[in-house]
Amino acid sequence: MAKVLMKGNEAIGAAAIKAGCRYFFGYPITPQNELPEYMSRELPNVGGMFVQAESEIAAINMVYGAAGSGARVMTSSSSPGIALKQEGISYIAGSELPCVIVDMMRGGPGLGGIQPSQTDYFLATRGGGNGDYRLLVLAPSNVQELADLVMDGFDLADEYRNPVMILGDGMIGQMMEPVEFKNREGKTIQKKDWATTGTKGKRKPNIINSLYLDAEELERHNEKLQEKYNRIREKEVRVESSNLEDADLVISAYGTTARIVKTAISKLEKEGYKIGLIRPITLFPYPYDEFDKIEDTCKGVLTVEMNSGQMLDDVKLALKGRMPAYFYGRTGGMIPTPEEIVKKVKEILGGDK
Amino acid sequence: MDVIFEKTIGLTDIPTHYCPGCTHGVIHRLVAEAMVELGVLDDAIGVAPVGCSVLAYKYFNCDMHEAAHGRAPAVATGIKRVHPDNFVFTYQGDGDLASIGTAEVVHAAHRGEKISTIFVNNAIYGMTGGQMAPTTLIGQKATTAPYGRMEELAGKPIRIAEMIATIDGAVFVERVAVNTPANIRKAKRAIKECFKAQIEGKGFGLVEVLSTCPTNWGYTPEDALKWLEKNMIPYYPLGNFKKPKEVE
Repeated sequence: MAKVLMKGNEAIGAAAIKAGCRYFFGYPITPQNELPEYMSRELPNVGGMFVQAESEIAAINMVYGAAGSGARVMTSSSSPGIALKQEGISYIAGSELPCVIVDMMRGGPGLGGIQPSQTDYFLATRGGGNGDYRLLVLAPSNVQELADLVMDGFDLADEYRNPVMILGDGMIGQMMEPVEFKNREGKTIQKKDWATTGTKGKRKPNIINSLYLDAEELERHNEKLQEKYNRIREKEVRVESSNLEDADLVISAYGTTARIVKTAISKLEKEGYKIGLIRPITLFPYPYDEFDKIEDTCKGVLTVEMNSGQMLDDVKLALKGRMPAYFYGRTGGMIPTPEEIVKKVKEILGGDK
Repeated sequence: MDVIFEKTIGLTDIPTHYCPGCTHGVIHRLVAEAMVELGVLDDAIGVAPVGCSVLAYKYFNCDMHEAAHGRAPAVATGIKRVHPDNFVFTYQGDGDLASIGTAEVVHAAHRGEKISTIFVNNAIYGMTGGQMAPTTLIGQKATTAPYGRMEELAGKPIRIAEMIATIDGAVFVERVAVNTPANIRKAKRAIKECFKAQIEGKGFGLVEVLSTCPTNWGYTPEDALKWLEKNMIPYYPLGNFKKPKEVE
C-alpha cells in the first residue's frame, strides 16, 4: 500500500477502521477533535456507528456496553476528558473487556491548556481509576508508529481482554506525516463467546460485571488480573534503544519528546559525546530490563519529559540506584528544544568536549 | 391438576437478597414475564444499576451488564448500537437514575435510543442505608435528612416521568405503582406497552414504578404499602404521560 500524507488524529481513525473497529463513542475536546470528526464521517461508510455522547463519562460507558457486546470499539479524548473517563475505564478493566482509548495529552492540572504535554503518564501507567488494574499503554513517536500501534492495540486488547491506551500528545495528533497502513490479511478477530449477544435460548446468560461482594472471590479475581498483567510484562515490552554499551550518558524519553531528544543526541555526537537512548514504546509494561544494559561507567540517565518528572520514577526503579537519574522537563504546553537538552547534557557531563 | 400459575422462566432460581416486603421482587417478576410473553427473553440484554437492585444481573435469566452508578442508559446505548435487533433494557433505582444518572437517562431519551428503562422509585437510597434521594418527599425523614426533607435545603422531589415525557425521543412514558393487585396488573400492562415500543422500533420508553422500602422507611410491609398510597401517589400521580400514536 502506498504512503499517504495524514494528520495523526486522522491516521488513528483510518488505522482503527482497518483493524476492524466499527464503533466510536466520543465527546469533543481539543486537541483530538479530528479523530471523532473522522470517525463520524467514515464509520457510516463501512457499516459502523459513531455516537457523540453527552459527556466523556457517557462515552466510556457506551464503550463498556459495546465492548461487552463483543464489538471492536474505541473512544478518544484529551487529559481533562480522560480524567472523567476513569470510572468507566476501571469498570472495563475490572470486567476484562477489550477496547482502545486514545489520550492526546494537554497541559494541566485542571483545565490547564490545549498545548502538547505528557502529564498523564502517572494516570495512564498506574491504572488511573480506582482499584488495582493496569492498561496496556502504547506511546507512539511518529504518525507511522501511531497507526501501527493503533492496529496492534486492538489485537492486544482482544488477546488480553484488557483496555489499551494510546498515549499521544497534541503534537503527534496535529502533525502531518506520510503513513503506510500495514496489511492485515490473515489477521482474524477472535470469537468472543463471553459477550452479551442474547442467549438465543441456547446457552446460559453471559454477564459483564466487576462486582464481587465476597472478599475471597474478589481477591481471586484480583489475583487473576495480576497474573494477566505479569504475562503482559513478560511478553509485550517494546523499546527502542541505541548506543547503551559505551555511553557517557543515556537519555530516556518517549513519544514526540523522544524525537527532539534524537535531534539533540545527533548534535552532541557531532561534538564527540557518546550518548545512548532508551525510548520506551510500551509504558506499561515498562522496559525496566533495558536499563540493565547500561554500563556502570555511564555517568547517569537523563529523563526528558513534557511534565515535571513522571516517567522519571520508572527510570529510577529501573536503575536501582546504580547511577544518578537526571531530569529535564518543560510543562504547560512548552516543548523542550534540542538546544535546551544539549545544554542540560553538557551541564551534567561538565562543559564542552 | 392444571397449572394455573408458575414462576416465570424470565427469572433465574437464585434467591433474591431483597428485604421482606420490598416490592423489587414483584417488579422483577413483571419485567421478566413481559419479556417472556413478548418473546424477547432469548434476545434480551439487560443493564443492572448500582443500588438495591445491583444484583439484578443474577436474577434476570438473560444476558446482563452491571453498570456504574447512573450510567445504565449509556451502557445500554453501547449495547443497542452494536446489537440493534436485540431487546435492551435498563433497571434502575431513584438514586441511580434520578440523581447521579440524570444526564445519561435524559440524553438516551433525547437521542431516541430504542431501549426500555424500568425506573423504580422508592423515595430513598435503600442499599446505602436510607439516605435522602432526589425523590424523597418533603418532610420525609432520611438518615441525611434527620429533620425531614426541607424544601429550602433540598428543593422539591424530582418528577422523572413528567420530565422525560417532555423529550421528543421518548415515545412511551408511564408512572405505575405496585401497592395493590389492581395496580400491579396495570404496571404489567405498562411495562409490556413500553417494551413493545422498543420492539416496534419507535424509540425510548420509560416506566416509573412507585415502590416500597419498609426497612428504611421504618414501616411494616403492609404499612409501607399504605404509606406509598397515602403519600407518594398524590405527589407522583399515576398514569400514562406519553405513548406511540396508534396506527389508524
